Amino acid sequence: MTATVVPPAPPTPRSPSGSILRPRKATGWRRFKSGLASVLFVLAFVAAAIPLIALVYYVTREGLKVFSWEFLTTELPFSQRSVDGGIGPAVVGTIVITVGATLMAVPLGVLGGIYLNEYAGKSKFGALVRFLSEILTGVPSIVMGLFIYTFWVLRVKEQTGFAGSLALACLMLPVVIRTSEEMLKLVPHELREGSLALGSRKSRTIRTVVLPHAAPGIVSGSLLAVARAAGETAPLLFTIGATQTANWNLFEGTNTALSVQIFGNANSPYIPAQERAFGAAFTLILIVFVATALARIVTVVYTRRVSGKS
Amino acid sequence: MTTEPPMTTTLTPDTTIDGVATLPPTEVDQPPAAESEVPEQEREVVFRLSEVEVFYGAARAVTGVDLDIARNEITAFIGPSGCGKTTVIRSLNRMHDLTPGARVMGTITYHGENLYSGKVDPAEVRRRIGMVFQKPNPFPKSIYDNIAYGPRINGTRKRSQLDDIVEHALTRAALWGEVKDKLKSSALGLSGGQAQRLCIARALAVDPDVLLMDEPCSALDPIATARIEDLMHELKDNLTIVIVTHNMQQAARVSDRTAFYTAEPDEEGRRVGKLVEYDVTETIFTKPGDPRTEGYITGRFG
Amino acid sequence: MTQVLDPPASGAAPEPPPPLVGGPRPPGYLADRTFRIVAVLAGVMVLVILALIIWVLFDNSLEWFREEGIGSVFSLDWAPNEGKYGAGALVIMTLMVAVIALLLAVPVSVGIALFINEIAPRRARLPIVFVVDLLAAIPSVVFGLWVLRQLASPLADIYADVHNLVKDVPILGDVFGDPSASGLAIMTAGIVVGIMIMPIVTAITREVFATTPASQKEATLAMGATRWEMIRGAIFPHSRSGVVAAVIIGFGRAVGETIAVALVIGSSQVLTENVFAPGDTLASIIANQFGEASGVQRSALIGFGLVLLAMTIVLGIIARSILRRANRRLGIA
Repeated sequence: MTATVVPPAPPTPRSPSGSILRPRKATGWRRFKSGLASVLFVLAFVAAAIPLIALVYYVTREGLKVFSWEFLTTELPFSQRSVDGGIGPAVVGTIVITVGATLMAVPLGVLGGIYLNEYAGKSKFGALVRFLSEILTGVPSIVMGLFIYTFWVLRVKEQTGFAGSLALACLMLPVVIRTSEEMLKLVPHELREGSLALGSRKSRTIRTVVLPHAAPGIVSGSLLAVARAAGETAPLLFTIGATQTANWNLFEGTNTALSVQIFGNANSPYIPAQERAFGAAFTLILIVFVATALARIVTVVYTRRVSGKS
Repeated sequence: MTTEPPMTTTLTPDTTIDGVATLPPTEVDQPPAAESEVPEQEREVVFRLSEVEVFYGAARAVTGVDLDIARNEITAFIGPSGCGKTTVIRSLNRMHDLTPGARVMGTITYHGENLYSGKVDPAEVRRRIGMVFQKPNPFPKSIYDNIAYGPRINGTRKRSQLDDIVEHALTRAALWGEVKDKLKSSALGLSGGQAQRLCIARALAVDPDVLLMDEPCSALDPIATARIEDLMHELKDNLTIVIVTHNMQQAARVSDRTAFYTAEPDEEGRRVGKLVEYDVTETIFTKPGDPRTEGYITGRFG
Repeated sequence: MTQVLDPPASGAAPEPPPPLVGGPRPPGYLADRTFRIVAVLAGVMVLVILALIIWVLFDNSLEWFREEGIGSVFSLDWAPNEGKYGAGALVIMTLMVAVIALLLAVPVSVGIALFINEIAPRRARLPIVFVVDLLAAIPSVVFGLWVLRQLASPLADIYADVHNLVKDVPILGDVFGDPSASGLAIMTAGIVVGIMIMPIVTAITREVFATTPASQKEATLAMGATRWEMIRGAIFPHSRSGVVAAVIIGFGRAVGETIAVALVIGSSQVLTENVFAPGDTLASIIANQFGEASGVQRSALIGFGLVLLAMTIVLGIIARSILRRANRRLGIA
């Protein structure tokens, strides 16, 4: 055993037996305090789990009242009072807007991560980019919505799904950059050297050796970012407008999304609108949970593969 | 390609024959002949290092390295930790370009050309001068793709051609028999010794002129080590090999020439690596010219 | 020192290789340059976006600054029909919501972090972390909907009880004043935001706690300390500044939380010290009013966005510098 540095302890009262082989037990009061603390920590976890369970249970119970394939595919009713109609256009909107945002933010974010980890190193500019990207992570989503509204929607004079995608992409970008940099950092340096020593160029090494190694982690992190983006409301409120019919076109015409429908119907005094809000909320939770679980699975499988074999 | 005889301070004499720098041969089986006698066979110089110093940031890692490395020989770098032997070998294929803050001063020529000239493409340098690292570093790809990686980045796309290269490289690395039935399985499943031979095969697949080996056996067991040493002997006919090793018996077994480095405090008290002695291996191990070499070797051999 | 020798096995000297310089450039040179430039540009994008956000919001809120005058930008009156566009009341209520959220979230987060790091068996850690992750994944609007539809009215009853209990106590009787009948109140918003920022505060606290060197923990345990004494004696002193940074980052998130707050805070722009009364925050008022606003009101709401941005940036910078200093002290760099 290695010796640990311990400050000199005050002389301990000799136990009746005097044997050092019998470890000195903590006194009852101290043990009680420690046990109490442990119980409190467990309770803290319970305190976090209760709202999660209550929320999921309630939203599921209410959501399942209306949830069906038809609900997911029929168009929105023209009146909040109507019991007919579903949330089809919102499902479509959430899909196209999120996909649009992902296609912009993930490639750009991965490239940004590559810049930070492979090129910037400890340079001043790299540190600045890293710092600003952390600041950007903290920018509230409503501010992104305002930004894209004033910067883009006022300029092109049209609310479109694409404007929503832009706002979501701005939110996702710093998250993807950070994940990518972290994952690239985990790629062993020897692999890069091995490739470069064969006469491979840096860009080629990054694309053929470094990225494939980091890919599962980047995919998992990006999935989490996509899941968050799919549930965002504030960036879409002023950017995508509203529509009653499904609009698959990202670049033309107004759109809608699940989150926006929930926000619009949550305060409604009409029961059918509230039910639609819960149906939409259930759908959204389903999407977000599946994406989150998928991200976890990718991570776990990947860690097992790496730690198991090398 | 005429090379002036450089002002080297190495103990090895320089001669120039037909415009190609050469080193005297190494075998010492026969009694030394008269000083004036012209050697029967001379070795062409691949690398000529003069006044080489390497800095990491402001810190000088190694200084005053002057030596010539001969073609189709195995040159070993030995010395205690921190003596700069790895630093020097990594300067031979410009691996220091990748370390921020690392600078190589002095001149290193490769077949008479300045290796660090602005016109030289580092990627081409590393294609010609392969490297095998301390820890086997197979890519997380299949065995086949590991070997084919180098040829592919250098433009070979034809499947049949790649197949030939892969078989040839694995055969040269004495690995073909063990892996020919599982070329498609992951290289991460190989044992340490196999993985290191795979890395050698991978380096051979781009048909390099020089192979640099940075403590290639330090992570391997004695049997795997012996296989790699045998392999080096076989490869020597077509390759120039430089090996860094901690293991003095290994240097004595495999190398033709040996350079002994050590670390000594400079004027400001910081330890800096330097070349102490460079000579034919047998001379280094039997009658070293410097007491520091002798101390190190005898200390190590007990 | 020349030696005579056996002729080498290889026979005649081989041809020297072709020169390094002068041959055709090996493939990939241009692609290499291009790739590098593209990567740098991607990094520059972050800078561009942040600069654009600041510039665009500033430019569009100028009308508000001019109309209101720098002095009264932070006045307490928000009354668009009277031409009063002060941000003061909203700033204060934003801070109230954030403080309530932190008071709820931080102790729970610290507890969960210690539970995961020190107490839970190794195999239980992943599922626990997963549960906290799921909490973070639930969209803000779903939280708002849930609280609005299920939690608000029971909360109103609790508020009433609490108020009755303390109504004669000075100060407390005002802070826990007459509750709104609907249960939509500053307190309700604080509770939701507290739940929402818990995952991030937990994550950062965990990271900070995990940097406590094992040698220090072992040293206290080797002296016969209980687990709690080890936590208090080794982990807390080591992590103090990191926890402060986690609190500040959680504060930044709480200030910016929008949609859930907009649904449950009750939308009242009159400043009150009563946490059981409705209120509004900078973020929630933008969400609720921007769609119908025009003219100075719109400019003022964009200005609120700018104030919000400034608050989060300042908090972010403070938190990062605390973390960086703590890391440097520990030599993590």
